[in-house]
Amino acid sequence: MPVYIGKRLLVAIPTLLIISIFVFSLQKLLPGDPILAMAGEERDPAVIEFLRDKYRLNDPVIMQYFYWLGGVLTGDFGISLRTNQPVLELIMEKLPVTIQLATMAMFFAMIIGIPIGIIAAVKKNTFVDYLANILALSGLSIPNFWLGIMLILLISVQLGWLPASGYESIFVDPVRSLQTMIMPAFVLGNALAATLMRHTRSAMVGVMSADYIRTARAKGLSPKEVILSHSFRNALLPVVTLSALLFGELLAGAVLTEQIFTIPGFGKLIVDAVFNRDYAVVQGVVLCTAVGFILMNLIADILYVILNPRLRATL
Amino acid sequence: MKRLTKLSTALLAGALFAFPALAVDLRIGLQEDADVLDPAQSRTFVGRIVYTALCDKLVDVSPDLKLVPQLATEWKWSADGKELVMKIRDGVKFHDGTTMDAAAVVATIERNMTLPESRRKSELASVAKVEATGPLEVKFTLKAADASLLAQLSDRAGMIVSPTAAKALGANFGSKPVCAGPFKFVERVQQDRIVLEKFADYWDKAKILVDKVIYLPIPDTTVRLANLRSGDLDFIERVAPTDVGAVKGDSNLKYDATVNIGYMALYANIGNGPKADNPFGKDKRLRQAFSLSLDRDALNQVVFEGTAVGGNQSFPPNSPWFNKSIPVPARDVAKAKALMKEAGYPTFDLEIQHANSPVVIQMMQIIQSMAAEAGINVKLKATEFATLLDEQTRGNYQFSRSDWSGRVDPDGNIHQFITCKGGINDTKYCNAEVDKLLNEARASTDDAVRKQKYDAAAVILNEDLPIIYLGHQSWIWAYKKSVTGFVPNPDGMIRLQGVKKG
Repeated sequence: MPVYIGKRLLVAIPTLLIISIFVFSLQKLLPGDPILAMAGEERDPAVIEFLRDKYRLNDPVIMQYFYWLGGVLTGDFGISLRTNQPVLELIMEKLPVTIQLATMAMFFAMIIGIPIGIIAAVKKNTFVDYLANILALSGLSIPNFWLGIMLILLISVQLGWLPASGYESIFVDPVRSLQTMIMPAFVLGNALAATLMRHTRSAMVGVMSADYIRTARAKGLSPKEVILSHSFRNALLPVVTLSALLFGELLAGAVLTEQIFTIPGFGKLIVDAVFNRDYAVVQGVVLCTAVGFILMNLIADILYVILNPRLRATL
Repeated sequence: MKRLTKLSTALLAGALFAFPALAVDLRIGLQEDADVLDPAQSRTFVGRIVYTALCDKLVDVSPDLKLVPQLATEWKWSADGKELVMKIRDGVKFHDGTTMDAAAVVATIERNMTLPESRRKSELASVAKVEATGPLEVKFTLKAADASLLAQLSDRAGMIVSPTAAKALGANFGSKPVCAGPFKFVERVQQDRIVLEKFADYWDKAKILVDKVIYLPIPDTTVRLANLRSGDLDFIERVAPTDVGAVKGDSNLKYDATVNIGYMALYANIGNGPKADNPFGKDKRLRQAFSLSLDRDALNQVVFEGTAVGGNQSFPPNSPWFNKSIPVPARDVAKAKALMKEAGYPTFDLEIQHANSPVVIQMMQIIQSMAAEAGINVKLKATEFATLLDEQTRGNYQFSRSDWSGRVDPDGNIHQFITCKGGINDTKYCNAEVDKLLNEARASTDDAVRKQKYDAAAVILNEDLPIIYLGHQSWIWAYKKSVTGFVPNPDGMIRLQGVKKG
């Protein structure tokens, strides 16, 4: 196993390099000059020249890339053009926020998606199954931003139960932190719940028709035992992998959700950075996201092996 | 035991779902996050809102746009307009306890003029020398007369910062700004909040009636309003015109609006590179026809729900600088067609680039259909702002729509856009007569003389139309009924002097 993990991590290095080159070039292809936006409404030529020089934007693009790469290798991710803050500091400030949001969203997705998926599979082709499918389909079809605004209007403005937006660190005020995160996490988890439900259902349907389930039933086990101990455990395999992969989707969804609920996380950071052509921040965030994605994939693979002993031989 | 469990469950549920705790602070929702909080370096409008509470300026701006004393108690221009002597307020302390005096003013102005990162250099370009002529007296010596200097000192260029802090932090001053405003800096979390608390030694502390101000950037207008209605915010700025009805209909909220000092405009490429070489850039009659094809009132009613006003000059019609002999033109399609025919183009194509925000897109689509009725085929090119700015500067456009946030002194709304060598003259319009008028207006400290010059320039510009002005939006604020004492100001700032909550 350690050798396997080591190998996987080594493979990640060229992947990250390619991603960083790709994102760097994409940014340079974008029209728009960050310095014009940075220089202020008056666009003083002396200021523009000074800033270009300071951020090395007069150097050839390739040099700019290597300069950035050199910095990253020594732990220097550069400085945000917009706020003068070191990028690494910004990332460290925003990352926990998005991790909390993603974890809570995953929690919602799982407690909604998996049980409904199981029920739908057990009650296959009945009214309950259809209802679950309709729910799943709506969950997938309702856009994040719409659901978010509707929830704010209902829960915060009409009922006054939860704060409409904002963020508080879980270490500073855990209650307020949960209050502010419930709605965004639900909105973000909602679409994933639908995906999870569909996958749980199909995995369960597959397993339920397997021979050993018939045997278990024939042995006289209660339906509860058959479903939870025998079918679900085996059906869990693809669901676990999917959950890990869905974490990536969560990060993408967080971009919109964070905008709506004004959560100062990763998603909001990158949106603002792209609009302001804050190159160093975009690069840093993308690199971090890529690392996170690769790690989640790795964890999914490891979990797969743990859950399915037959795969150990293939390592 | 059972009861205890029930109680604790209820408490927990209550804690999770109840209203947030009663706040004694003033929570203000801003449209976007401020940039770096150093008056020398910052460049955003929203940053200026924060400074209004954080950093006092030499001169302030009254609601009727007069320059009034703040850290400077009085000032006097020399006869030739090349010297400005200011008396500095006695007994003012910075947030770090050091004294605000003439030496601090000199240090700040010099910092604004020399710090490599400073964005204030062009605003103070006319200053040759600044010196302390007494413990509480400062003299500005100018390279050439510049009446707009006072207005510059009523904004970031005139915000006096603690020399001790500025020296210690250098270009990093924004991480912990130390000024002499009514509130001092506590903390900032990027994109989340800026917290300020009442400064006990403020020189005018009797007028400060809230203990803490928290600025929260919430870009989405619907969400910003929802936060106000749910009680999470006390005050919001830049309410969307489409939400005005909702605010007025809510008995818990109050509403204030005032026409701002900026403008919305279309910039024609007159001489900025090869793209200027087209009939629209060359023939003013076509630009006049375009302007006549527009119904500015309809634009205001449809896009801004009647909160904006139509305009045709760089100052709004309610400004003392507006030339009343050139009223905002009514729509006249027949005349537009006649002008186009006369110019030899009964129809022509026109590409307009504009920002891709919903309000601007809606406005441009209406303009497109209005122009079409006069025979102008408008092609719209929506792009996001950073690109738009880039294209406009390079001259890679035919006709470009962008806004100006406005300056208190008339010079700031016109000189740099129109004069041949103006720093942001993207149209590259150049007219010696206009240059002369605008330079003379800048050099005079006599308002009557200045008004005459601006009026004369407006006549020529209204004929040549390098910039076609569309109108002036309003600043719209909404706040809780429990908040009192707010005075709207056309500069869009939120001054907290006299503002009370509860």
